[in-house]
Amino acid sequence: MADNKTCDRKPAPTLGEALAERGISRRSFLKFASYTASIMALPPAAATAMAEGLAAARRQSVIWLSFQECTGCTESFTRAKAPSIEDLIFDFISLDYHHTLQNASGHAAELAREQAMEENKGEYLVIVDGSVPLKDDGVYSTIAGMTNLQMLRDTVRDAKAVISVGSCAAFGGIPGANPNPTGAVAIDQIITDKPVINLPGCPPIPEVMTGTVAYLLSFAGIPELDALGRPRAFFGEAIHDRCYRRPFYEKGLFAKGFDDEGARQGWCLYEVGCKGPVTYNACATLKWNGGVSFPIQSGHGCLGCSEPGFWDLGGFYKPLSTGKDGVLKYAAGAAVAGAAIGAASAYSVRAKRKKIMGNATQAVATPSGKEDD
Amino acid sequence: MELLEFARGPALTFALTVFIAGVAFRVAVILFMWRTKDSSVGRAREKPAFLAALQEIGRRMWPLSPYRQRTLFNLINGYVFHIGLAIIVFLLLPHILFLQDLTGLYWGHLPNNVIYAISIVTLISLIAALVMRLGNPAQRIISTFDDYASWFVTFLPVLTGIVATTHLGARYETLLALHILSVALLLIYLPFGKLMHFFLVFVTRSQTGAHLNHRGAQ
Repeated sequence: MADNKTCDRKPAPTLGEALAERGISRRSFLKFASYTASIMALPPAAATAMAEGLAAARRQSVIWLSFQECTGCTESFTRAKAPSIEDLIFDFISLDYHHTLQNASGHAAELAREQAMEENKGEYLVIVDGSVPLKDDGVYSTIAGMTNLQMLRDTVRDAKAVISVGSCAAFGGIPGANPNPTGAVAIDQIITDKPVINLPGCPPIPEVMTGTVAYLLSFAGIPELDALGRPRAFFGEAIHDRCYRRPFYEKGLFAKGFDDEGARQGWCLYEVGCKGPVTYNACATLKWNGGVSFPIQSGHGCLGCSEPGFWDLGGFYKPLSTGKDGVLKYAAGAAVAGAAIGAASAYSVRAKRKKIMGNATQAVATPSGKEDD
Repeated sequence: MELLEFARGPALTFALTVFIAGVAFRVAVILFMWRTKDSSVGRAREKPAFLAALQEIGRRMWPLSPYRQRTLFNLINGYVFHIGLAIIVFLLLPHILFLQDLTGLYWGHLPNNVIYAISIVTLISLIAALVMRLGNPAQRIISTFDDYASWFVTFLPVLTGIVATTHLGARYETLLALHILSVALLLIYLPFGKLMHFFLVFVTRSQTGAHLNHRGAQ
């Protein structure tokens, strides 16, 4: 019976067919492929390959797991201002499990996840946002009676690849910030036998997500990653190096507050704590909200949200060149101890010298040859 | 980023602690060390001690003519890297922010590009100082570990600073961390070698001036 059903089932449309149905012309589709290939720094020929790969791609099953997170990542992706091909690609993806977006709830929701895993064994993608608590057997975050750790391991077992979306999934993020009360860890600290692509950011840039998914749909492999598991295409350059305020840094023109003349003139925000020099992301080039702006352009320094441990970097408004808080915590003790040891040493030398001088005086007073003994 | 975190946190804390303890140690030793009382009668043209001290500080800024020709290069080179170091340390904004964080003091800065140029000149000047030392047999013989160590811990922050700003060889956060670690090394070594002249140069000159004045030296 089931076999008959399978035989009768109409093959799922390809992405090309799905887009054509929605009135997206081939020209627009090629433009999207060229744009995506260019932002990923792929060679020109890759744009055509990507277009062909995407056009032929079939609906990709995706299971989205949300653990210790704030839903900001989902907010970022679903807040597209106007329908775009990127949105349609997301429509095209079969998002089989996502707490926030799916209609089903309770047991039905969990059934959907299990069904997707069963039907797409070895082929489905797992997207994770949020970190996984390990302390006390992971009791600090559970879904349907399962700890996040159990659910992650269970779901990833037959997955093709894992995408860690947002800094919590990629690096532990805010749940993992000092003192990390739940023992939160990043996904790639748990999953070591599958490819894990990190797309950090708080939240990540939507185009980074769509670009990576488009790459996975188009090509067999995963994009080139850096040492932190991030696609080099998006995380290869420091924000500082691509920042439009960079010339002011070189000229030594810095805003000293958020409402002073320097801030109004758009000068460099280094002095008010910008972490752009040590943050690798595409904010300065891709920007946000359809390329409208990014935090530095809006007048606030970069927080470094796509870097590990950004929450504990020593203060958002503390300049990068300063030490972390508490570098002088032993200063008073060190000064007292140093002075005491110095004084003790000096007095010790004085005592020795006094003794030697005393002996010498005594020797002069009693020249009996005793010293030769 | 872990290396930068380590550099900005534990490494800097340790270095500053050692630096402060070391400087306090050296100052205490100087203050409490045995000093032989000079009971001799001052010479006829003895000036007030503070005046003699000030004169000595000024006089040692430039050598007397018999020595000037022979030491001219070292002299000028010495001024170049000392002034260069002072400008780099005290007039680059990131450094001022570092010092402000420690002391609460804030002052004006030069454009970063100007500091980069001065850093290159200072680096070359420091290399020249080492070459001169190694090239002169007499200087080489009297050079001690302290001479080379002092040069090394001074040279390293200048080099790592230039490399960090130009992003040569590694990512900026790694280079910045190495720069901070090299500064930490300088801070740790400074109180225990000849680099202590950073604090004592005018003290020792004053003492010498007062002493020579008492003895009637012209």
